[in-house]
Amino acid sequence: MNVHVQECPVAADVAPKPVRRENGQREVFCGLTGIVWLHRKIQDAFFLVVGSRTCAHLIQSAAGVMIFAEPRFATAIMEEKDLAGLTDANDELDRIVAQLIARRPEIRLLFLVGSCPSEVIKLDLSRAALRLSQKFSPAVRILNYSGSGIETTFTQGEDACLASLVPAAPPTRTSEDQLLIVGSLADVVEDQFIRLFDALGIGRVQFLPPRKASALPAIGSNTRFLLAQPFLADTARALEDRGAVRLAAPFPLGVEGTTAWLRAAADAFGVAPTLFDAVTQPHRIRADRALFRYRDQLSGRRIFLFPDSQLEIPLARFLSRELSMQLVEVGTPYLHREHLAEELGLLPDDVVLSEGQDVDLQLDRCRAARPDLVVCGLGLANPLEAEGMTTKWSIELVFTPIQGYEQATDLAELFARPLVRRAKLVA
Amino acid sequence: MQLTVWTYEGPPHVGAMRVATGMEGLHYVLHAPQGDTYADLLFTMIERRDRRPPVTYTTFSARDLGGDTAELFKTAAQNAHDRFQPQAMLVGASCTGSLIQDDPGGLARALALPIPVVAVDLPAYQRKENWGAAETFYQLVRALAGPSAPAPGTARPERAAGVRARCNLLGPTALGFRHRDDIVEITSLLAKLGIDVNVTAPMGATPADIARLGQADFNAVLYPEIAGQAASWLQRTFGQPFTKTVPIGVSATREFVAEVAKFAGVDASATLASASTRLPWYSRSVDSTYLTGKRVFIFGDASHAVAAARIASDELGFKVVGLGTYSREFGREIREAAKRYDVEPLITDDYLEVEVKVAELQPELVLGTQMERHIAKRLGVPCAVISAPVHVQDFPARYAPQMGFEGANVIFDTWVHPLMMGLEEHLLAMFKDDFEFKDGAVPSHLGAGHSTPAAGGPVQPPSNASNIAVVWAVDAEKELYKIPFFVRGKARRNTERFANENGVATITIETLYDAKAHYAR
Ligand code: SF4
Ligand code: SF4
Repeated sequence: MNVHVQECPVAADVAPKPVRRENGQREVFCGLTGIVWLHRKIQDAFFLVVGSRTCAHLIQSAAGVMIFAEPRFATAIMEEKDLAGLTDANDELDRIVAQLIARRPEIRLLFLVGSCPSEVIKLDLSRAALRLSQKFSPAVRILNYSGSGIETTFTQGEDACLASLVPAAPPTRTSEDQLLIVGSLADVVEDQFIRLFDALGIGRVQFLPPRKASALPAIGSNTRFLLAQPFLADTARALEDRGAVRLAAPFPLGVEGTTAWLRAAADAFGVAPTLFDAVTQPHRIRADRALFRYRDQLSGRRIFLFPDSQLEIPLARFLSRELSMQLVEVGTPYLHREHLAEELGLLPDDVVLSEGQDVDLQLDRCRAARPDLVVCGLGLANPLEAEGMTTKWSIELVFTPIQGYEQATDLAELFARPLVRRAKLVA
Repeated sequence: MQLTVWTYEGPPHVGAMRVATGMEGLHYVLHAPQGDTYADLLFTMIERRDRRPPVTYTTFSARDLGGDTAELFKTAAQNAHDRFQPQAMLVGASCTGSLIQDDPGGLARALALPIPVVAVDLPAYQRKENWGAAETFYQLVRALAGPSAPAPGTARPERAAGVRARCNLLGPTALGFRHRDDIVEITSLLAKLGIDVNVTAPMGATPADIARLGQADFNAVLYPEIAGQAASWLQRTFGQPFTKTVPIGVSATREFVAEVAKFAGVDASATLASASTRLPWYSRSVDSTYLTGKRVFIFGDASHAVAAARIASDELGFKVVGLGTYSREFGREIREAAKRYDVEPLITDDYLEVEVKVAELQPELVLGTQMERHIAKRLGVPCAVISAPVHVQDFPARYAPQMGFEGANVIFDTWVHPLMMGLEEHLLAMFKDDFEFKDGAVPSHLGAGHSTPAAGGPVQPPSNASNIAVVWAVDAEKELYKIPFFVRGKARRNTERFANENGVATITIETLYDAKAHYAR
């Protein structure tokens, strides 16, 4: 397995930070996992994975067998006979989709989600989506994307899904600039941002994904978009292809990140600095005051982040700058230098960044460093706890509303709680 | 293709992982994409294991496909050997790994590692988890114990006088339903009989232990789903007989004791006489009268489902109204058992089909898997889990075997607790109008944090139960609310069904009591 450290330039005015690149065994979910939160977010969509029993088992296990109503996802499990000839597999897929739509007539948007097996046998899901769309339109629109583990890691599945929505979005009708927020946010967070943008005088904010697939935002060259998540490379590219312009900003985590993120929009929409301050200041003060208690608990503590969601770099920035934690290593499955340029600029100069993973080597480094807190995936947490380390599940950071001012303390609490717990237990 | 929402079993390589993770000193190198590493969490989260499963995944990605994935496999296998120093290695591919046709067995052989390497080829598009575990265990046993097999036709040497009989315990794996505790229980039962355990496998065994399986006098098969195939091979190869009864329940444990006593040539009467189990007495005690004829629906893996049906019917006096399994490999066993209870066997891995069946049969207790726990909750029926797939709470901290005499005690408690106790049922009926008896309270087993069923009783079963909308007359509805809340949901469903079947559009008090009379047993 090859490991090499190389210099990589980030933004022109910031010193390039070295990144350790690893290519070995990874311990990261595949992009199918995004379905677990996307099906909650887009309320009239259904996700049909075209894959194997492993794919079905993965989403079931990632969802923790937790949902007891019939969820809005399913798997078309390929069998021996489907692998034999491709025409056969297409017929089978048509049959399954017809069966599904008959069962769930409320479906308005159906995603055919590609997996490793469907990609390896080169089952063309985009052709299938077109064919099936013709058959079921206008009642049901059928799109496709890949969540396969050979193409995507964990949160990249959301990226692929959102990117597939972009061509289906209508063109903008006016020439006035419009703001689009890109990336799944909890509804409560969305509503908070809507109120803030309103107060700033930036009306008509749209979201991708929308809560209802039938209400896709309009996109055109007058669209200005802010990424709410750091893992949306393909979606951003698709939007740019439609003429939309990305507003460069850090991500809305913590007080500082949220302010800078809002400011990027405010600047683009010509909001007066005094208005910006008047609107944001009460929120900043309140959130900052609430963070005080956590700063006490977390400052100086050493943290090690395993690569998982691509949220690691904005998180590290928040932890180091707002909570004074020490970053031992910040791993990310993939580092998008352009989208993260503002974040990288805010990280301490001596930060150790790693991209990709060789899990055994990384575990060795983690054990040697004995950090106070380790952020890692579900498969690693209990074994590390058993070795005496304190851990936090990285997936919670994806499922919990953590963006915006009002959530800054919730975010801090996620890191403080494992430490509090360890301190409490005597037996 | 098969449309699935939830699945009872994972893919076959997860079965192989259950064998590898149960063992010591074995490492599994799996040719698989990165997403397949999710399987680790089954062990570290659901079973709360304190170590990662001994599995190295190659985690190849799309850009590797054009290049040399075979080289990637070799590097991963070599590194895993160097780092973990296992006594033996298992190699194979997941469903995607098998499509790229790299032949892990051949590649591993080319590395000429100084340890036995066992290649397991699991047809991922045909088979499932339990089959994968059975096949893996069988291949390991053949490869590791095979070299010490006697020449075909050689008779088993007689055990020398005065030497205690020895057996192997076969079948328990990681993530098995209460396997951890069953081993302890059965080992101590055998010790009381004067029988030693030679090797327990796969759970806890090293490859070196597997190599000496042939030294035992016979095999005790605790879990045929996983050990059946290996046990037959051991019988053919080493002349070891094996047990046929799974020791779950009082009668089955007694039969199991008789079987092993015969193989070992020991007298079991003292052990049987001193067997400490409260199930038979608790079942006879007057409080249990209310259990008589309770309608129970059973679904799970074949071993646990068949055993559960026998206990339910013979040892608790329930009425088995449904029996099924997701293990198609054991369809024959389930069909035979179903005949005994005069029910239609349900052999399916579609949980929606199971849900429809439960709704239709309206049992008073469901014994099932984690899936049936959810189904039962939706329908407001009490439920106990008897088989994998399971939830983290099915790995309790306390000692809770299913097998042997203590297992029978545990079973009595866990199955009966979700139900209302005998006198309790009468008292509740008596005091139902008192304000302390909050209407709509959920049975305690459903626990805090579970959503209370919608007002007016448990969630309605899927609409196939009642197809025409019926209306409740005001006074009939009032009367319905005089029925204790814990049976009200059922009364409502029965009455609506009755109304539907009899073309009654408005339910009156008369309809309510007509229905009650109709469904009375
Ligand atoms: S709802 Fe209850 S049974 Fe279902 S997963 Fe959650 S805790 Fe387990
Ligand atoms: S990694 Fe590939 S085969 Fe595995 S679950 Fe994900 S999409 Fe399916």
